[in-house]
Amino acid sequence: MNKSVNQKAWFLVLPVLLLVAFSAVVPLMTVVNYSVQDTFGNNAFFWNGIAWFSDTLHSPRVWGSLGRQTAFTAIILAIEVPLGIFVALNMPKKGFWSTICLVLMALPLLIPWNVVGTIWQIFGRVDIGLLGYTLFHLGIDYNYTQGFYSAWATVVVMDVWHWTSLVALLCYAGLQSIPQAYYQAARIDQASRWKVFRYIELPKMRGVLTIAILLRFMDSFKIYTEPFVLTGGGPGNSTTFLSIDLVKMALGQFDLGPAAAFSLMYFLIILLVSWVFYTVMMQIDKDDVEGGK
Amino acid sequence: MAKITLDALAHSYLPHPKAEQDYALKQLNHVWADGEAYALLGASGCGKTTLLNIISGLLTPSQGRILFNDRDVTQTSTTERNIAQVFQFPVVYDTMTVRANLAFPLKNRGAPAAYVAERVQQIARMIGLEEMLERKARGLTADAKQKISLGRGMVREDVNAILFDEPLTVIDPQMKWELRTQLKKLHREFGHTMIYVTHDQTEALTFADKVVVMHDGRVVQIGTPQELFETPEHTFVGYFIGSPGMNLLPAHVEGARARVGDTQIALGARYGALSGKVEIGVRPEFLRLNRVGAGLPVQVTRIEDVGRHKIVRARFDGREINIVAPEGDRIAPGAAHVEADPGRVNVYVDDWRVQGEAA
Repeated sequence: MNKSVNQKAWFLVLPVLLLVAFSAVVPLMTVVNYSVQDTFGNNAFFWNGIAWFSDTLHSPRVWGSLGRQTAFTAIILAIEVPLGIFVALNMPKKGFWSTICLVLMALPLLIPWNVVGTIWQIFGRVDIGLLGYTLFHLGIDYNYTQGFYSAWATVVVMDVWHWTSLVALLCYAGLQSIPQAYYQAARIDQASRWKVFRYIELPKMRGVLTIAILLRFMDSFKIYTEPFVLTGGGPGNSTTFLSIDLVKMALGQFDLGPAAAFSLMYFLIILLVSWVFYTVMMQIDKDDVEGGK
Repeated sequence: MAKITLDALAHSYLPHPKAEQDYALKQLNHVWADGEAYALLGASGCGKTTLLNIISGLLTPSQGRILFNDRDVTQTSTTERNIAQVFQFPVVYDTMTVRANLAFPLKNRGAPAAYVAERVQQIARMIGLEEMLERKARGLTADAKQKISLGRGMVREDVNAILFDEPLTVIDPQMKWELRTQLKKLHREFGHTMIYVTHDQTEALTFADKVVVMHDGRVVQIGTPQELFETPEHTFVGYFIGSPGMNLLPAHVEGARARVGDTQIALGARYGALSGKVEIGVRPEFLRLNRVGAGLPVQVTRIEDVGRHKIVRARFDGREINIVAPEGDRIAPGAAHVEADPGRVNVYVDDWRVQGEAA
């Protein structure tokens, strides 16, 4: 077939290009602009090279919040993914109760972030909150405003409460797409419950699980509102995650240059991890298919 | 291996079935002899798969009992029944290799490794997947996947029966032939009781010793391919088996003669008084066109040459009649007469065949 070459078609891409430029590229460039300049006020900027970047790389404060951030994301992924799968496996597959379950599961996802923070802030208070009051009177030393472990536990449980539903619902959708014959064949083959999960359910859920892990990684790595409302990053700096730190730096101290360098690196970390994860998952997929040819 | 007895078995998918039409499977008594190959033939939705799933234990019947060698297994699980089943669409464990797929049912039952390896090799050779044993099942074609499913069904030697639920639907026509031959060979070799569900009559007639024809949740006839062809017990069998199916004409039957319209047709047997919907059925193979003006006056509308013979489409009183004529016959469209072989004319009352007395 002869295809005629017509470069004019590129003009059709122009509107999208403009839209993306104004929505993403231009704002990002202003950040890039700040990250390589310094100012002494009066709106006068001068070239500062990569000093902000090297400062950020050597800042114990940034490394501290990156460490806390990584720990937080790792913990919630380690809880939410298995828990979500477990919930999805045990949800009724059809009928009245499956509808009820779906609605109940969707509820936490509909609540705005700052409301979630407020709910848990009150819930965990030792004087009036149901959770805090109960724990305190059981003799447990629980106080999320002062205790390191209490604060972390509350933030983690809050995130698990808020987002496990997402993983569960995605896995549920994946499970629903498995034809009944697979389960019947497994019964005929005398496969144990574990083998049914390992060889039928897990492989069929892989696609949705990839999406679920990606979404939860990105969202949790960017988490701001909920811990900010709940603990304000405290006690001390113990729940100050990357974005809370970034906002403190950019708006609290008005250190625009370091904050810009920080946020660019922050952005690149998320981009890099997501890309690596996605590519690895897709590569496994491809290997499988090609291995079979 | 086992003899399988169905005792007053019936099934409905409704919790409280009232009328007969609520039953997907109407009451049924039958014994599947040990080591025979059966085909379960019928149109889609006639209850074939329901019956199969009841035998394999994936479904518990709402009434009746099922026995394996006189042991009641109605309430026992699929595992305990020790049955193999192959489904209509390929079921493979995607992440496993072909070898692991074939070994899976044996390993789950704790068979020794040496035996598993040998048996897998044997089955792989039979289904022609020997070269693919180390590949992941995931990327294979539908054909190959279904072969794996078949292989997994046959890998256990000690099964009571092997059930096939339209297993060749997704397979290429040429491969179908080959696999069916393999199944037949396997059957001769190991003597498993095999039940093979299909809606394809060629498949049923070539695979099975006995064909069970189902219609509307009911078993209408069980017989050898020849019996189904020569003496269909139900008009559905006549219509469903044979290509084209049996011709049915409303008739008045008196003694050894039937009157269709104004024409008298001789019958091979003598019948008493019949009441209800009376019809005569003749296979197209047993009808002859003639030029002398004797027999049923018909209008020939179309002649199809299918190679070995000709199929003549004709009309009589608004009904279609099919006649199979020899390849050499010269037939032209237009008025003609049709004669039947008296011994080959069956009489049906309300769709069921009536046995006449020798004339």
